[in-house]
Amino acid sequence: MLRIEGVTVEFDGKIALDGVTLDVADGEVVTVLGPSGSGKSTLLRVVAGLQRPDRGRVLLDGKDITSVLPHRRGIGLVFQDHALFDHRDVQGNVAFGLRMRGDSRSQMEQRASELLEVVGLTGYERRSVATLSGGEQQRVALARALAPAPRVLLLDEPLGSLDRRLRDRLLEDLEELFERIALTALYVTHDQAEAFALGNRVAIMRAGRIVQVGTPDELWARPADEDTARFLGLGNVRDGTMIRPEGVAVTHAADGSNGDGVVESVARRGPTMHVNVRLDTGETLEAAVSGLDYPSAGDRVQVAIDERGIVPLD
Amino acid sequence: MDEHRAPVSAHAWRALTYGVPLAFLALFFAYPLASILERGLGSGENIRSPLDVLTDPLTREVAWFTLWQAVASTLLTIAVALPASYVLGRYAFRGRNVVAAAVTVPFVLPTVVVALAFLAVLPEGLERGWAAILIAHVFFNVAVVVRVVGAFWAGLDPRVSEAAATLGASPARSFREVTLPLLAPVLASAASIVFLFSFTSFGIVLILGGPRYSTLETEIYNQAVRMFDLRTAAVLALVQLVCVALAVWAATHLEQRLALGGQRRAERHVLRPLRTRGEKAFAAASLGSLAIFLGVPLAVLVESSLAVGDGYSLEAYRALGRPTDALLATPWEAVLNSVVYAAGAAVIALVVGGLAAFAVAGSRGGGARLLDGSLMLPLGASAVMVGFGFVIAFDTKPIDFRSSPWIVPVVQALVAIPFVVRIVAPTLRAIDERQREAAAVLGASPGRVRREIDLPVAGRALGVAAGFAFAISLGEFGATVFLARPDSPTLPVAIFRFLGRPGELNTGQAYALAVILMAVVGVSVFAVERVRALRTGWV
Repeated sequence: MLRIEGVTVEFDGKIALDGVTLDVADGEVVTVLGPSGSGKSTLLRVVAGLQRPDRGRVLLDGKDITSVLPHRRGIGLVFQDHALFDHRDVQGNVAFGLRMRGDSRSQMEQRASELLEVVGLTGYERRSVATLSGGEQQRVALARALAPAPRVLLLDEPLGSLDRRLRDRLLEDLEELFERIALTALYVTHDQAEAFALGNRVAIMRAGRIVQVGTPDELWARPADEDTARFLGLGNVRDGTMIRPEGVAVTHAADGSNGDGVVESVARRGPTMHVNVRLDTGETLEAAVSGLDYPSAGDRVQVAIDERGIVPLD
Repeated sequence: MDEHRAPVSAHAWRALTYGVPLAFLALFFAYPLASILERGLGSGENIRSPLDVLTDPLTREVAWFTLWQAVASTLLTIAVALPASYVLGRYAFRGRNVVAAAVTVPFVLPTVVVALAFLAVLPEGLERGWAAILIAHVFFNVAVVVRVVGAFWAGLDPRVSEAAATLGASPARSFREVTLPLLAPVLASAASIVFLFSFTSFGIVLILGGPRYSTLETEIYNQAVRMFDLRTAAVLALVQLVCVALAVWAATHLEQRLALGGQRRAERHVLRPLRTRGEKAFAAASLGSLAIFLGVPLAVLVESSLAVGDGYSLEAYRALGRPTDALLATPWEAVLNSVVYAAGAAVIALVVGGLAAFAVAGSRGGGARLLDGSLMLPLGASAVMVGFGFVIAFDTKPIDFRSSPWIVPVVQALVAIPFVVRIVAPTLRAIDERQREAAAVLGASPGRVRREIDLPVAGRALGVAAGFAFAISLGEFGATVFLARPDSPTLPVAIFRFLGRPGELNTGQAYALAVILMAVVGVSVFAVERVRALRTGWV
């Protein structure tokens, strides 16, 4: 439905986007994951019509919209840091797009209330946006973008400025919401957890290029290259091969055995423990241990690698 | 990026925002000025050559005094205004709006009244001369700096200073290295206004300078009106115009260089209550001393309006309803005239200055800078010159505008427009571009974006600008004195006529009218403050 085709953007000779091609199917959520400065936001601005590409096209339902003005595209955008209209109350913000297309007053009020209910802010109509918390502002921004029922919703690091706990909660809400309203969306983030949780497919972006697109499983199973594997936090990359941490089993050295190496560090990442082992050969190996038994730093351990966890890289 | 957006409406908008102000300026400023120059510099017999005027030691002396008193007035004004600007820009306290409004009053008082107040207040021996001029200039201009700098300061994110403190900067160090650079653009802007005002100050210098001290402006008046030497007046006017153009160019250049993209925050996030005893003492001392400095001369003015012989009475006020031989109308009619003219001037200034503000804020290019500078020129060219130019230019064909009742509002608007631009353009510039983008993505066309985002956000600034324009027009004197018809004088003109007549009652009526003018101005400025307070956070 949305097709970005060979889009290139240069700023004063510096390339921000380099021949980016990406498809978003009807009802699909594609997340764009990349470090800051990789060109993610510029990509969204091109799709929204706020940035004209130097080369390439943007197609919506097969129609070239590259030179259509932003206000005629029917594409929604949730801005980083919200960009709410401080001079309007919550309802004034949410109903803005409806007013632009000429809805009647009662239509606007009804639709705004509907959207506020969707984002869990029922009864906030007359509140000034400046009095809202960060999470509430985020919800208003989302409701505002959704209100005119855009063909595609673009989200630019919408949870970027929120604290961890709020983020996790909003992330769950978004997941649920996206599913419920069968949204077509392009979602930009630098956070892997967000990208994998929300995206039907994830596009990995680096230095203005999309280096890999796939479902979270596909990406995790087979990163395109070493940099991608490292960016995804897969530590055991060497000589064109990656050993997935969850494919490495670490057990205490059995009695009478000397084991394969010594545990250097153990760090908890949620339910899994990340165990760094220095092998007697001098190499280090990272293992993800999810059981209740795990070694401590300094322990001698035995290491077993599942063949399926060894992935050749390009 | 803008080029591909609706080229037709973008061009139409540009034509409107540049065209209207430029046309207004061409007709009502450039044309009268050209008329003066033609009359003054054209060939004629038995008059001095322009070069003789330029090389006259008197010209050099006058130019030098004009420059140094303007520089000194500017520096003094900023030094006096900074503590109060800080208090208004950082703290929320009861009566803050009243203080902000009260501090504005001197600025909109007619210069003649300010001059007279200081003549009465200053001790004998000090009441005439350069010191009196400087003090009166500070009195007159301190409001601009407090208002402009205070408002800007109130939008500066205090977290940047807090960040500096956590990095080990002492308060003084943090002020010098963080706050001051962020304030620099607005300081430069305020200083340029004060400089121009002091450079072209007329009423104050004329009265407080005595026979010894004369600036280019008063000398132009002396030569043109008292000596009927148009030649000398025109050459001095040229010198002044060149100086002012240079100063404006330097000021805009400096402002552009200093402009930083600092994070602006809403006042309510910035202002905090006065907490420690030290803070309270500082606020009380800085606002208190300012109140004394600004209040005493005005109190003396009120006292003078009531003084009759050795006692006090309302006789001067009672006389205002009666016909007088000083005017062709009763003084009360002058009050009404003033209000009507000033309202018309405010409307004209708001339309022309508002459009210009959009042009100036919409671009950092040379065209916008040129327009900004050109609009400042009427301030520099001085009210006396503009009024005199109107008389010469519009008295005869092709444009006989002299008898139109619009001539007074138009000339007053000319003087008020630069203020409208200066107040509105920074607000427009400060609007986060993403707000406009958010509106565009939600379906607002470029014109609609201006109406929905720019106008409401700038609404407060437009309200303030309208109030200022109205107040300035009420007090406008130098130009109006040439143009107001004898049967429909304005307040300042009526005051001037009364002052020129002997007798205690005439002087008393001048003071009484001055008090009324001060009250009308005070009420309008106060109303603007109320509107500002009401609209905070909600439109």
